[in-house]
Amino acid sequence: MASNVAMAGSPRSRAGVLISGFARSRELTLAAVMIVLSALVATQTPNFLSLDNLGPVMTLGAIIAIAAVGESLVILTKNIDLSVESTIGIVAFVVGDILKQQALPIPAAWVIGIGLGLVLGMANGVIVAIFRVPSIVATLGTLSLFRGLAFLVANGHEINLNDLPDGYTNAASQSVFGVPLFVILAIAVVVVAALVLRYTVVGRLFYAVGSNAEAAATIGVRSRLTVFLAFALCGMLAGVAGVLWGMNFGAIYANSASGQSLAVIAAVVVGGVSISGGSGTVVGAALGAVFLALINNALLLLLLPQEWLQMIYGAVILLAVSTDALIQVRTQRAKARSRIR
Amino acid sequence: MGTGGHSGNARSPVRVLLSVLARWEMLLVAILAVVIWAGTQISPVFLSGDNFGASISGTMEVAIMALPMTLIVITGDIDLSVESMIGLSGAILGVLWAAGIPLQAGIPIVLIVGVFGGLFNGFLVTRWGLPALVVTLGTLALYRGLANVVLGTSYVSNFPSNFTAFGFGYVPGTSIPWTLLAFLILAVIFWAVLHLTWIGRQVFAIGKNKDAARYSGVRVATLRTALFGVSGLVAAFAGIILALRYNSVRSDNGTGLTLTVVMIVVLGGVDINGGKGTIPGVILAVFTLAALQSALRLAGVSSEYQNVAIGLLLIVSVIAPQLARQFRVLVDRVRLSRHGPVRDPVPGEVVR
Amino acid sequence: MFSRMFRAAAGVALVVVLAGCSSAAVTTAPVVTTAPVVTTAPVVTTAPVVTASAAAPTIGSVVMIPKQVNNPYFDVAFKGAQQAATDLGGTLTQVGPSAADATQQIPFIQTATTQKAAAIIVSADDATAIAPALQAAMAAGIKVVGYDSSPAKGAYNVFVNQADTAGIGKGLVDMACTEAPSCTGEIAVLSAAQTATNQNAWIDAMKTTLAGDAKYANLKLVATVYGNDDPAISTTQAQALLSAHPNLKVIVSPTTVGIVAAAQVVKAKNMTGKVFVTGLGTPKGMVDFVKGGQAPVFALWNVTDLGYLAYAVAVDLVNGTIKGTAGEKFTVKFASGSVDYTIAADGVVVLGPPFVFDAKNIDQYVTSFGF
Repeated sequence: MASNVAMAGSPRSRAGVLISGFARSRELTLAAVMIVLSALVATQTPNFLSLDNLGPVMTLGAIIAIAAVGESLVILTKNIDLSVESTIGIVAFVVGDILKQQALPIPAAWVIGIGLGLVLGMANGVIVAIFRVPSIVATLGTLSLFRGLAFLVANGHEINLNDLPDGYTNAASQSVFGVPLFVILAIAVVVVAALVLRYTVVGRLFYAVGSNAEAAATIGVRSRLTVFLAFALCGMLAGVAGVLWGMNFGAIYANSASGQSLAVIAAVVVGGVSISGGSGTVVGAALGAVFLALINNALLLLLLPQEWLQMIYGAVILLAVSTDALIQVRTQRAKARSRIR
Repeated sequence: MGTGGHSGNARSPVRVLLSVLARWEMLLVAILAVVIWAGTQISPVFLSGDNFGASISGTMEVAIMALPMTLIVITGDIDLSVESMIGLSGAILGVLWAAGIPLQAGIPIVLIVGVFGGLFNGFLVTRWGLPALVVTLGTLALYRGLANVVLGTSYVSNFPSNFTAFGFGYVPGTSIPWTLLAFLILAVIFWAVLHLTWIGRQVFAIGKNKDAARYSGVRVATLRTALFGVSGLVAAFAGIILALRYNSVRSDNGTGLTLTVVMIVVLGGVDINGGKGTIPGVILAVFTLAALQSALRLAGVSSEYQNVAIGLLLIVSVIAPQLARQFRVLVDRVRLSRHGPVRDPVPGEVVR
Repeated sequence: MFSRMFRAAAGVALVVVLAGCSSAAVTTAPVVTTAPVVTTAPVVTTAPVVTASAAAPTIGSVVMIPKQVNNPYFDVAFKGAQQAATDLGGTLTQVGPSAADATQQIPFIQTATTQKAAAIIVSADDATAIAPALQAAMAAGIKVVGYDSSPAKGAYNVFVNQADTAGIGKGLVDMACTEAPSCTGEIAVLSAAQTATNQNAWIDAMKTTLAGDAKYANLKLVATVYGNDDPAISTTQAQALLSAHPNLKVIVSPTTVGIVAAAQVVKAKNMTGKVFVTGLGTPKGMVDFVKGGQAPVFALWNVTDLGYLAYAVAVDLVNGTIKGTAGEKFTVKFASGSVDYTIAADGVVVLGPPFVFDAKNIDQYVTSFGF
């Protein structure tokens, strides 16, 4: 956070202090960059900022944001979950399948879907927290396992729009005062998660375990339980994302959401959550998801050659992470300097 | 292990044998044996030369990339961008070839590009202290994007047959693919470097404790950067092999291979947190993977279920030693409660 | 090992069920020996196929390798081929990569070669990449039949094309012309992978038709974007198309994943009636959009028949009835009737004209096609 002590030695204007404090808030910086970039893009394609365009873009961004909130919980504890895409995919398919068979009413199907996400998350949690398998290895394995389960359930079929209840996908295009419904939902999820992380003991535990697991253990923190909880919640939120995925696309396949794990992790990283654990906010992660969705859309609208998109995407990730690290380094140096004095 | 009268049997041949057998490589040998046996049960052609040649050649690109990846993981880093370097190097090779530049010139150019790509990763990781996972996540997208820019929607094929023979062909008279030879030669080189030279010792030192290594005079930043450079170089080489083997380059060549490389490294017993690992283990893992995939294919299992099998194998292979270790701890605790605490040997005391 | 036991158990269970169900007890008993063997991969399809008992000559094993398994389009083709296996004999398996990736197809081709399959039926992810492996198979005496997406020339005996490439291109333009008001306006293409051979061929044929015929002079192709057959990417591409080209009238998507994504986007953005979607899609996937007005007309061929034909050609090749040279004639007896075929240049056989679906016939085709 902004440390005025670091500036004690040199005279600084109020504005300078404010600006440096602002710059150190990753989330505000990101928001500012988004606004500036959006304005720039809008000068080239005025259509960019229209509700017509941003609505669907933000809807998909909201789905990824919800998954990113879950992923950030895991990353806070110094772990990683590569299997989110498979969880989203299988939950989307299972919910769609239940509705196709007309076996249960819609809310029940949703509950089962989210419950499935929770169970899969808990499986990850058991493997990582109880069996102490490094999370990158464990979730690499469950990435394939869960996807295989999805193929097993699908058994060669897909879910078509025709199979779903009438009007099922309409929710994805609803908006309230111009704000898409899914975005409101994502904001709700982010707010709840942020409050929990900030004001509850459980929330603080995520940060504690991530910054210094041994120190946490010394003061009696049940770090393994905390990690288990992080994975369970990540799975549950991925389940929510899976339910929304089905409502957004209508057509669900056994390999739905394939490739989204990297998108989710990129969103979390761009949002300022440190991959080494212990710092970052869910607001940042959600903003990261929005940012990447905007960039993706902007590039397409700017009619840049198709081939450039991937490259620019990668450059953006590198840029975002580099600036974050550089700011961190400067802050550390300033702090160290002030300590020496 | 070793010190003092824990149970008095520190040097008995049984103990020595057990400690050898308890190593990861032996576990892999056991798994490999089981897989080979299962394969012969599934199909009589499993052990045929044709099948061996075909299956092993399919894993040579990931096998080659697993070698520098091993060193990188031992130092505590990771390189996710290897699959995109395969794509980029293939794309550049294709474009040069299509422009009429002979492969004798094109290949060195591509290899140099690979080195620079790797060094870029290394620079960001060491100079700016960015986590390797994140940097290589970015370059994973960046290099793939560059491949798209270079090659676009077109694809290049019709490489000269003497080169494609290297990619696709066998040593005359045998079922040994040329690429397997290349892999074995590289494996020996990496093995020697990691296990026999001071560079290898420094790699392990960095992995165990970066700061301690730096204070001991190890040029940590240089070595880490160099390892990334080597990884880029080897990935470019793998990209060339891929292009020649399929006689075709598309901008999406190599997509999805990174996770397979990481899987091989982990299966080979390399600790993902750094500090531990062996090249022989990785070599065994390569053969185990190839055998497993071949056995599953002969049984008519499609790719996604093969991935399930491999994912399961990965998890089980990491959990099993944990369980074994916890079992041993349990056994020791029981023995401790029975025989009392350990005491240090008095000078002159004979330790049985 | 386990899959063998599983299959044996499945075979025994099947026989028990059949014996229990069928009163006339057709000689299924001797068939027990073939049922456990590889008629179907245990997890890809539904019921194992029992090969016809008496008169079928032993064709041997046929391996079908689509671009990608668990893709509804290829699963339907597989069902057609299975039907042909029942009628004509031989054992059929389908294996393949989980993603449309040529490098993953090759090991399956090589495995089929090592196992000395009688024939390989393959849809190429990349025409040249799989050519060496296919040529090695042919050198080993295995017959190679291409379907849906052609391997490189010389790497197959016969290629079963679902429809004439130029014909598909013209058909796509025709449908766009029907949907665009007064055959006038901007159109865009949402394709599959950038490197997909068949889609790129059809798009080229579209461009030729647009340039060559004065009837389409007022249709303008303004963009070609690629959705990689990934629903999420296809969706974002379609959304961006609509935002970037406000005057767009028709999105043409020659891929079953893309057309569904595009239609869903039009529906979600409430642009029904302002922008139309057409292309190649499955009846079941598109029925809501035909009736909803997003895609008044689209086309496809009978994918089941495609699979059936491919298998029938494989059988004829194995038996020596045909060799794959131009001019050869043969007949195939579909459920709907017999059709005569003549092999064209380069060993190509065309299935027949595509079907055009609209609101009037869509229900009937959903039932009769079943996909």
